[in-house]
Amino acid sequence: MCTTCGCADASTARLTDLTTGQTFDLHEEAHAHPHDHPHDHPHDHGHDHRHDHDHSHDHSHPHPHDHSHPASQRTTVLEEAVLAKNDRLAERNRGWFSASRVLALNLVSSPGSGKTTLLERTIRDLQSDLPIHVIEGDQETTHDAERIRRTGCRVVQINTGAGCHLEADMVARGVERLAPPPHSIVMIENVGNLVCPALFDLGEQAKVAILSVTEGEDKPLKYPHMFRAAQVMLLNKIDLLPHLTFDVARCLEYAREVNPQITVFQVSAQTGEGLPRWYEWLRTQLRTLGERPAC
Amino acid sequence: MHELSITRNIVAIVGERAKDERVTEVTLEIGLLSAVLPDSIRFCFDIVAKGTVVEGARLNIIEVAGLGRCRACGQDVELRQHIARCPCGSSDLTRLSGEQLTIKQMVTTPCVQPADAPMPLPRG
Repeated sequence: MCTTCGCADASTARLTDLTTGQTFDLHEEAHAHPHDHPHDHPHDHGHDHRHDHDHSHDHSHPHPHDHSHPASQRTTVLEEAVLAKNDRLAERNRGWFSASRVLALNLVSSPGSGKTTLLERTIRDLQSDLPIHVIEGDQETTHDAERIRRTGCRVVQINTGAGCHLEADMVARGVERLAPPPHSIVMIENVGNLVCPALFDLGEQAKVAILSVTEGEDKPLKYPHMFRAAQVMLLNKIDLLPHLTFDVARCLEYAREVNPQITVFQVSAQTGEGLPRWYEWLRTQLRTLGERPAC
Repeated sequence: MHELSITRNIVAIVGERAKDERVTEVTLEIGLLSAVLPDSIRFCFDIVAKGTVVEGARLNIIEVAGLGRCRACGQDVELRQHIARCPCGSSDLTRLSGEQLTIKQMVTTPCVQPADAPMPLPRG
């Protein structure tokens, strides 16, 4: 348990398949850790394992005299990216998505932005011609996955325990369970958090940030890392604008200040307003991956 | 919040590379735009390192500013925060660096066997 923020051990992460009701422990895959248990895994370091004995070893321990060896310090240059392992796994996911012609989107937002409602609506509106599969990420409960399952869509829930974001290996396990067919969409609903998910690449083709008008219009400035990493921002709950003092123009200005390339759609998952443009964007993304799905 | 998970990665990577040696010093390079707080890493480091070959190691953190190139006028701009403007007024900057989170190096020392320790088994 981290006493700074209460973020606990990701070893509690687990995956639930809502179709079969099976639950799997993701402990072994959740984090980089030294492997002291016997198993086979591919090595990706570029050297062979020849060991030339052109030097002599001294195996003459124990010493008959009483002394300790002088500790000879050695500096090793590592130059290793801390998140290299996650990034490698994310690239593997990305390669799989691309080769399988599957559009994978990483949906990120604060808790309460309406992500799940938006997802339910999107699935219902598109299910006749666009198959969507969902990986739900939450610290606890399968509530969101159950909501998604009621739309008739295939879904797995990943509970991160007190972990605050999804990682690439969790997504790999989720995709393995879902087995999405070619020309389909995998929506990855990340844990509600605008900080940590920005750092962990899942192998998605794009991050979609959802911001609702019941939040502050300066959120893009407060969480620039996330809004910079996102390709799309969905400004949700616009049906509530008449009741609020939210300044849409200022919010968009802030978003573009952080990320001049960001594509913005103003939508309401309740009334459906603005959603056709979001759907068109999804279809265009899918089309650029390959041929259009057969209707 | 994510610093705990990141620190675990750091300790795991260093521990794997150190093999049986004891790590006395670890040097990290953290970009100012990496969204990682060096103080949080420091806080987590001792806790995570406990019980590993990294326990007790000194942690050095080199913080580096980012570098961006203005898409409007082409000049390079130092970035100390995410929202930055080029002196020409444009905020459309290509990020060249500043998001790195790298383990630069480690210092290790062989584990000292006490003189009366049992003879280790020869390795194959």
